[in-house]
Amino acid sequence: MDYETLRLIWWVLVGVLLIGFAVTDGFDLGVGALLTLVGRTDNERRVMINTIGPHWDGNQVWFITAGGAIFAAWPLIYATAFSGFYLALMLTLAALWMRPLGFDFRSKIEDPRWRSGWDWALFAGGLVPALIFGVAFGNLLQGVPFEFDAYLKATYTGSFFGLLNPFAILAGLVSVSMLLMHGAVWLQLKTTDMVYQRSVQVATILGVVTAALFGLAGLWVHVGLDGYIITSAIDPSAPSNPLLKTVEVAPNGLMTNYSIYPWMMIAPVLGIGAALATALLSLRNASGWAFLTSSLSIAGIILTAGFSMFPFLMPSTTQLNASLTIWDATSSQLTLNVMFWVAMVFVPIILAYTSWSFYVMRGRLKAADIESNSSHALY
Amino acid sequence: MNETVVELSRFQFAFTAMYHFIFVPLTLGLTFMLAIMESVYVMTGKTIYKEMTKFWGKLFGINFAIGVATGITMEFQFGMNWSYYSHYVGDVFGAPLAIEGLMAFFLESTFVGLFFFGWDRMSKVKHLMVTWLVAFGSNFSALWILIANGWMQNPLGAEFNPDTMRMEMASFAELIFNPVAQVKFVHTVSAGYVTGAMFVLAISSYYLLKNKNVAFARRSFAIAACFGLASSLSVIVLGDESGYEMGDVQQVKLAAVEAEWETHEPPAAFTIIGFPNEETQTTDFALKIPYLMGIIATRSFDEPVTGLKDLKAQNRDKIIRGAEAYLLLKKRQDVGLNEQESLLFDQIKGSLGYGLLLEPFAQNMAAPTEAELDAAADYSLPNIAPMFWSFRIMVASGFLMLIIFAYAFLLSTRHQIDKPKWFLKVALYSLPLPWIACEAGWFVAEYGRQPWAIAEVLPIHTAASNLAVSDLVISLVAVGVFYTVMFIIAFGLMVKFAKKGPQHSGDTSRERPTVADTSVTTEGAKA
Repeated sequence: MDYETLRLIWWVLVGVLLIGFAVTDGFDLGVGALLTLVGRTDNERRVMINTIGPHWDGNQVWFITAGGAIFAAWPLIYATAFSGFYLALMLTLAALWMRPLGFDFRSKIEDPRWRSGWDWALFAGGLVPALIFGVAFGNLLQGVPFEFDAYLKATYTGSFFGLLNPFAILAGLVSVSMLLMHGAVWLQLKTTDMVYQRSVQVATILGVVTAALFGLAGLWVHVGLDGYIITSAIDPSAPSNPLLKTVEVAPNGLMTNYSIYPWMMIAPVLGIGAALATALLSLRNASGWAFLTSSLSIAGIILTAGFSMFPFLMPSTTQLNASLTIWDATSSQLTLNVMFWVAMVFVPIILAYTSWSFYVMRGRLKAADIESNSSHALY
Repeated sequence: MNETVVELSRFQFAFTAMYHFIFVPLTLGLTFMLAIMESVYVMTGKTIYKEMTKFWGKLFGINFAIGVATGITMEFQFGMNWSYYSHYVGDVFGAPLAIEGLMAFFLESTFVGLFFFGWDRMSKVKHLMVTWLVAFGSNFSALWILIANGWMQNPLGAEFNPDTMRMEMASFAELIFNPVAQVKFVHTVSAGYVTGAMFVLAISSYYLLKNKNVAFARRSFAIAACFGLASSLSVIVLGDESGYEMGDVQQVKLAAVEAEWETHEPPAAFTIIGFPNEETQTTDFALKIPYLMGIIATRSFDEPVTGLKDLKAQNRDKIIRGAEAYLLLKKRQDVGLNEQESLLFDQIKGSLGYGLLLEPFAQNMAAPTEAELDAAADYSLPNIAPMFWSFRIMVASGFLMLIIFAYAFLLSTRHQIDKPKWFLKVALYSLPLPWIACEAGWFVAEYGRQPWAIAEVLPIHTAASNLAVSDLVISLVAVGVFYTVMFIIAFGLMVKFAKKGPQHSGDTSRERPTVADTSVTTEGAKA
């Protein structure tokens, strides 16, 4: 396969992995963050944790694999973004450490202090990553300060607090709202009684909030943000070296793609429309449909970020030419090709057995199921 | 590059990796033992084996949780702390990491959920299949990460591309069939099986000593003894040592673990013990077995094993050539190369790594002084004493465990498992041995690779991210505090539930309290 096609395919594949991550791991991050709000008693919280108990670990692999795939397909992104966002990523990791331990250890000891400690750890383990992923995207959309020397050694000149600018915080809130909505929808699908009712309320509110915040971010992009444009000739088959091109700031540049390819508007429309639909369907107790629309909304929102930036992945604000794009931040043709076929073989297999695992664990979990299980075979 | 940042990054990586590997070998071993126990349950229908699977599964779960948590760090730390490394070799090194996710992590993690939660939701055979898939998943994961690690030790199938300033994959087949990776894989998973077996053997011995859960403990003991004996034989016979023939840095390790200062007439003698003396470059009070080293390392009587002094001299020559490649690359970036120079660069670009190695030592790369070349050559080898000792600690632990498993196996075949109390005590107190062996082994493999991140391609000081010291201090404090707390909690739970024993583990024993006892009598009668 030719280099250009492979580069495009890998942009799609990384997108698939990120959406897969947000749709699967997203709901259990959401459930974690909602643990103390939706679950008022210990038993309710155990119900919530047990709905994701069989799945959170498999779901989290979407995140790990997205990391690995970025390493393999976009090594310069892996190298530059993760070292640049060093402390933010460290904070995310620290939050993520809480989850495997919290899920597995929480219910093993009866002491209420022990359990409430883990509840807050799981809350942070859900909320912090959701927030930081959004903040990271908010920064990528605006561009971040990094430079390359002639040997492509990256130096990041921004700071941790520099990441917390107003637009990025808004993007972080979109992400939090979207994943908590998704978590609430999952709980509707898997629980009964009080947890169910509270989840309906939360999903209804957050469906509207997600649509509003995302719409606000769109408006902000439209009026207040600059984009970037490649001004030199693009050779989509050139060796991956970002310094070989020239880039300039393009006022309103993040909207350019939508005028060139109007079909891309489907992404933001889906982001807002499906979020509102989720609110409505939750109210009508259509949990299954609400889960579908919530997933579509997430896909729409992530795609919007990708479409707006295309072909940029990580623009540089301080050395414009160093900006990383899908044409010059990728692996070699051979690696992309090998990894493409690996993905073609394994992604369908993964989807098959993941679906099977959800099928095996289908059905709603009742408080009685937890109460009757004092031996902690369940979490 | 700030040297403090490099040292702190090294320390953080070593700490998080070695910490992660406290939990990995137990997962590798226990998943297989769980699958074996459950297979016996499905084949014989004896509930006690289901109870065993569930009980050891619960302890496995505690270990697995912290293994997963610390594994997340590993996946991202390359980019965080080793930014230039990630760029420089991501084209090659990233592939096995991504495949590990697609092929192994998904399998392991999806089915581990069903292992714990699916007991009442599927048929016996399906659940058994789930358990086996968890075991395969964890072992596939070891395969791919060791292919990645094997490439760091012996970087085959890749070439430097000056247009993109990085190593690029030239042959995927060479990457995955790297002989160093293959022996590493077999050696490492076998070590994991030994760890799982020792874990079960030691805790079973504890029950037998306390005279509780006897039927349960005897069976666990017997399975652990068989599995442990087979695995410890495999770990020793298929030892890593065979991998040391390949690749120059592997040869350095071989010479270092034996403190082989000089190249001796073949076949070389094997130093059992002694005190390597870095200053005099000799091993004091060495006790040697003639011929053995030559046979182990070269599988022959006539090939020499190269000594450290000669390896260092060879490296010095490579550094001189490396400086030349380095200068050509610089010229290529500054003004471009003519055709002749391009050809020359292609010929010597394999030595570029040695040029990067010299960089921090040389004032002027165009004319490095003799002293600078000597300093870089000294730097090109790891310190010998830590290598020599950790290798011996690993081997000694390995042989001790072999003896323990062999004796445990003997007792099992003679149905005398709980007779010799002294042996049960020995088995219990041997619990730390597999971890000591594993950590010492990884120390040999990774410290022995120093000063390289990728053997002969990329030195660690070039590989590190351009971070501030304060970044590293913050992350080190976070890692240190969280990991310590996590360890205390997991260790506490492990001890609590191991002491509590299987009678509280699952609903089976409560529902049908007599089943276990019945099966004992049946078997007792047969015996």
